[in-house]
Amino acid sequence: MKKIYKIDVDCANCANKMEAAANDTPGVKKAVVNFMALKMRVEFEDGADAASVMEDVKKNCRKVESDCEIFI
Amino acid sequence: MSGKQKKVLWRIIASVAALVLCEVVTRLFSLPKYAELIIYLVPYLIIGYDILIKAGKGILNRQVFDENFLMAIATVGAMALGEFREGAAVMLFYQIGELFQGIAVGKSRRNISELMDINPDFANIERDGEIVSVDPDEVEIGSEIVIRPGERVPIDGIVTSGSTTIDTAALTGESMPVELSEGAEIKSGSINLTGLIRVRTTKEFCDSTASKILELVESSGMHKSRSEDFISKFARYYTPAVCIGALVLALLVPLVRMLILSMPPEWGDWVQRALTFLVISCPCALVISIPLSFFAGIGGASSRGVLIKGSNYLETLSKAIYVVMDKTGTVTQGVFEVVGVHHNRIEEKQLLEYAALAECGSTHPIAKSIIKAYGQEPDPARVTELTEYSGRGVTAEIDGKRLAVGNERLMEMIGVGYKHCHHEGTVVHIAIDNEYAGHILIADIIKPTSKAAALELRASGVEKLIMLTGDTKAAAEPIAREIGADEVYGGLMPEDKVKKTEELLKVKKKGSSLVFVGDGLNDAPVLSLADVGIAMGALGSDAAIEAADIVLMDDDPKKIALALRISKKCMRIVYENIFFAIGVKLVCLALGAAGIANMWLAIFADVGVMVIAVLNAIRALRIK
Repeated sequence: MKKIYKIDVDCANCANKMEAAANDTPGVKKAVVNFMALKMRVEFEDGADAASVMEDVKKNCRKVESDCEIFI
Repeated sequence: MSGKQKKVLWRIIASVAALVLCEVVTRLFSLPKYAELIIYLVPYLIIGYDILIKAGKGILNRQVFDENFLMAIATVGAMALGEFREGAAVMLFYQIGELFQGIAVGKSRRNISELMDINPDFANIERDGEIVSVDPDEVEIGSEIVIRPGERVPIDGIVTSGSTTIDTAALTGESMPVELSEGAEIKSGSINLTGLIRVRTTKEFCDSTASKILELVESSGMHKSRSEDFISKFARYYTPAVCIGALVLALLVPLVRMLILSMPPEWGDWVQRALTFLVISCPCALVISIPLSFFAGIGGASSRGVLIKGSNYLETLSKAIYVVMDKTGTVTQGVFEVVGVHHNRIEEKQLLEYAALAECGSTHPIAKSIIKAYGQEPDPARVTELTEYSGRGVTAEIDGKRLAVGNERLMEMIGVGYKHCHHEGTVVHIAIDNEYAGHILIADIIKPTSKAAALELRASGVEKLIMLTGDTKAAAEPIAREIGADEVYGGLMPEDKVKKTEELLKVKKKGSSLVFVGDGLNDAPVLSLADVGIAMGALGSDAAIEAADIVLMDDDPKKIALALRISKKCMRIVYENIFFAIGVKLVCLALGAAGIANMWLAIFADVGVMVIAVLNAIRALRIK
């Protein structure tokens, strides 16, 4: 299952860090952040609950970049 | 400017003012060090408090290579060494750079989205005799929508009443208006120019052309190119490496001087050099300019009717040396047209008129092309005693003359001697009152821009043009000669095209790429097999959009050359930015280690390079 989320982040490197953090979150198969479009595409593992996984993704992203937002 | 940016701007102004005041005060009065520190802390904290807070959060989350953290260490370090002015100024310039970057990125983001803002946010439907605007998402397939002049077409459909001209520039990049009347297909995203029309929708809003295009361009950033991967990997190692370098400068060098070389350690000097390193270690200029260049390139291309599905394809396309083209529909128009009238005993126009009249009842493509060449609607009332001979042609009586229009077998049947045609194509012979009157040659004609496109491709570095076709080689050769193709292969079944492409892929140079261009209808396997598959004239054809990597919205072959030029320009900008940004950083690191570059130069290496790289990246938006 794939979903696209709107995000807000100020710098490109932070976007890359968010991408890495999202990819390290359990339940995420692959996450790609497009800084220019301010979007994050997340492919979930089979059987993962998107809503709860995204909460973790958000938490992990906040750790690497405190000033970021994911609109879930 | 967003609210956040305005706030930063005010802080910058306040901080500059405070800094100037500090300068004046310290020049006029000789203050003790601690007092100087206190007054310089005012501009420093005005501009840097958020960075310090973020740095604190970063430490809690163990993000030590976070750029806020690096800036905090560098400036706090400078303050601690008594370089108050440098500390405050570096923070100030850093914020100015960040603000500029934010504005530039926001602006290009807006510019590019404006280019792609082709999706209207309402559709008009008629309810109880009144026209009301509704959300296009709610319009079901088969509903009738009303489109007034000046409005954008929200959903794909078929015109049920009214006629108008529409502007399809947003879809195809072609500014020539198109005329439409009842029964014509209409694509969402185009603008209705002149008349009120009613359209029966054939698709849902989210499946309509404009929505598809937007989705495609927006998700293009998800396919990352090798350059982007390289830069994000580089950034991942660069910052820690420079920080370790800074640590070595600050600790190891003085220790070595002191313990091994028995020289004075000069702690302060080396720590200052290390702080310079930290300022240079921010990777932002690198990381922002590459995706921005690609985004601008893809955005600029889509405004010209070239949809690129990912920056990786842009990168691969720029290395194209083999261009393989399908003949029918790509190089040629794929429709039959009268290309000549030969051996005519009567006037050409008259001969066409007779042929058109005789064929007026037929829907065969050949008949249609004759009627089109005649240029008027033939009047069936003039035609009597029309007889069709299947596989041969027709005979009829027109204006009291006995006409026979058909192929050789028809001529043989009525016993009329005919002349062979030396040209390739379908020949229609005409006899009037049992006497040969000449023949009409019908062929699939080459597109007017094919030759120019081939020349432009060569000018952009394409080494080999190859034409593939399912037609006979004899039919393909004159066209190949005309456009100057190097190789031509005829009589190919779809699987032969795949085989041929595989062979070509094997012989091409490593690091270069092969591009296949087709109309996307029956060459999907080749489109996906080639390094880059380009589908042309694909407006509204979902299958083609699905299979291709690059989609040309109209069928002008010059767009292939345009796509290639866009990719080359974009990649040149990308490489310029990579070499420039890394180069300046390395030079500044070397100068910083040698003690020549101070923190002022370091902040230029960070902010100045970023500004230049961003401005350079935006150039990719504009392509001739």
